[in-house]
Amino acid sequence: MKRMISMTALTIALAAGTAHAQQQVTVKIGVMSDMSSLYADIGGPGSVAAAKMAIADYTKDRPNVKVEMISGDHQNKPDVGSNLANQWFDVDKVDMIIDIPNSGVALAVSQVASQKNKLFIVSGAASSDLSGSKCNANTIHWTYDTWMLANGTGKAMVKTGGDTWFFLTADYAFGHALERDTDAVVVKNGGKVLGKVRHPLNTNDFSSFLLQAQASKAKVVGLANAGGDTINSIKQAAEFGIVKGGQSLAGLLVFASDVAALGLPTAQGLALTETWYWDVNDANRAWTKRWQVERPGKFPTMIHAGVYAGITHYLKARESMGGAPDGKAITEKMKSMPTDDILFGKGEIRADGRKIHDAYLFEVKKPEESKYPGDFYKTRATIPAAEAFRPLAEGGCSLVNKS
Amino acid sequence: METPRATANTPSKTGERIAFAVMVAALIAAPFFAYPLFLMQALCFALFACAFNLLIGYGGLLSFGHALYFGWASYLAAHSAKVWGFTPELAILTGAATAAVFGLVTGALAIRRQGIYFAMITLALAQMMFFFALQMKFTGGEDGIQAVPRGKLFGLFDLTSHMAMYPVVAVFFLAGFLIIHRVINSPFGEVLKAIRENEPRAISLGYKTERYKLVAFVLSATLAGMAGATKAIVFQIASLTDVYWTMSGEVILMTLVGGLGTLFGPVVGAITIIAMQTYLNAFEQWVTVIQGTIFVACVLLFRRGIVGELARALKIKL
Repeated sequence: MKRMISMTALTIALAAGTAHAQQQVTVKIGVMSDMSSLYADIGGPGSVAAAKMAIADYTKDRPNVKVEMISGDHQNKPDVGSNLANQWFDVDKVDMIIDIPNSGVALAVSQVASQKNKLFIVSGAASSDLSGSKCNANTIHWTYDTWMLANGTGKAMVKTGGDTWFFLTADYAFGHALERDTDAVVVKNGGKVLGKVRHPLNTNDFSSFLLQAQASKAKVVGLANAGGDTINSIKQAAEFGIVKGGQSLAGLLVFASDVAALGLPTAQGLALTETWYWDVNDANRAWTKRWQVERPGKFPTMIHAGVYAGITHYLKARESMGGAPDGKAITEKMKSMPTDDILFGKGEIRADGRKIHDAYLFEVKKPEESKYPGDFYKTRATIPAAEAFRPLAEGGCSLVNKS
Repeated sequence: METPRATANTPSKTGERIAFAVMVAALIAAPFFAYPLFLMQALCFALFACAFNLLIGYGGLLSFGHALYFGWASYLAAHSAKVWGFTPELAILTGAATAAVFGLVTGALAIRRQGIYFAMITLALAQMMFFFALQMKFTGGEDGIQAVPRGKLFGLFDLTSHMAMYPVVAVFFLAGFLIIHRVINSPFGEVLKAIRENEPRAISLGYKTERYKLVAFVLSATLAGMAGATKAIVFQIASLTDVYWTMSGEVILMTLVGGLGTLFGPVVGAITIIAMQTYLNAFEQWVTVIQGTIFVACVLLFRRGIVGELARALKIKL
């Protein structure tokens, strides 16, 4: 009896203690990325490093928040990705998956997240369908998308006289979406698309595709690809003398890591759109220094920044809700809370899952303009958040029509 | 025909029966201990390996293109379930039927040659069909066919949960397994083994060996297709991984590790390889290296495979 009383007292004391302090929150995050192939530099281990930083920063002064993290490689195969996602949600009890720099895999995992009622934050993948025709109530699209890229780089190229286009497109969900969105922008701004050719994902030899681009006599060769494919196609375009012949290249999706890999002599003059660049302000520079402790000699991409910001906002929402909310509830909460983090500043998540923030149109510096390692870009324009992304009504997302 | 069958009956039949009983018991108990999705994957590959083993283990034909039947059946099953709205069992049968047709066409071409040439022809045809899968519209290229509904069995039972799906997969696996068992223990199977041992002698005895080989090929392709189609419904995705040549290689590996020409070998081999891929996932790209090492060890140390060596040690047929 005495023991029981003391037990009860202890329980009450504990209950009072937790109620008095904050609620205990335990979460598990899965970082799924391309760890070994063509997108490993834009996401991959850099995303894992960013996730670790986000978790460390958030839990530093909050002993009531416990965060576990696992990471895995989706090998750019949709079946591997959905298999891994199933296993993480079912067996490893992961609450949220983040990153996935491959739209094909991201679309598959978004399905799994919806089915299991968990959460998926897309930082790496680009297809605007993720917050458009294939949106769902368990997916948030954080960093950027193909509509925003087309609206940035595509528009700028047409406005500066590049009115005839030829597309070199990676043959899967991402490339198709980027080509479609850019095509629309080009036509809308009075340009013309002369042709397009599709290349397999992760190609080494672009010669036949580049020759077709050359033969088309289009003023602009639009590269609707990413990562290793972009690096290879730009390098090989230089060897074929495409730019020397008077055609210009539009890298529709170029990351800081791609510019580092290409080197400024090859990449100079490229116009590109990003939502985050490490050298824009002091906060970003300080964050980059810390990131580089784990990734020495590399420069973070906007995807890495998106992973950090996405996890930060997720943990904020989780802490404010307490308990163990399901995927739809936490997604709702994240949409209703304004976002605020050191990398993207203040922003919001729309009903369709699209995160809204400013975008920047950059130009790659000439080698002589670059003063220190990583000094890649000069800013040509800032596109305000309200204009940077596809208007809510045009995406065709079912979540929007409902309300 | 009567005498050898009679002598083979007594000790070996009991061994086989015990092994079969153990397998069925394990099938029933497993979902309560292990992750059902992993088990379903293992069963799909076990059936695939059994189908492959029918051809090489009993017909002596090494096909290097079985991914063609596995992968294309998964595409057709996924497409019929998603676009045509077939129920899962019909979708799986559609997949198997597709594989049968492909098996008939490619088999008729391939069995005209022996040995390495046979393997090369099957590989070439499989790669050709891989590129069709990559380029055709309905397959979705790199993205595959995603969001395939598991649907309702016979239009009645919802298969969305893993525990509901598992018995269906187990039944399809057992059906395939029993078909193979029946085939290899039939007069047809005896002739097939005779062709494997000495084809000219089989011809001289008056058997039209090409017909036997073709039937074995089509059977093997159909069952491989059934495995692929089931996998597509279970994972709700059909993708390029399943038609790529590495898949043809993987099934060879499973069969060899388990034990070529044994009834239970491919099952054990498939479970071993899938377990490695699942539980060693944390090692990322090292998984293939580990797999390779195990394969080398298998070839050097136990050539008959796990089940083959076990059967030899126990002096029974498995």
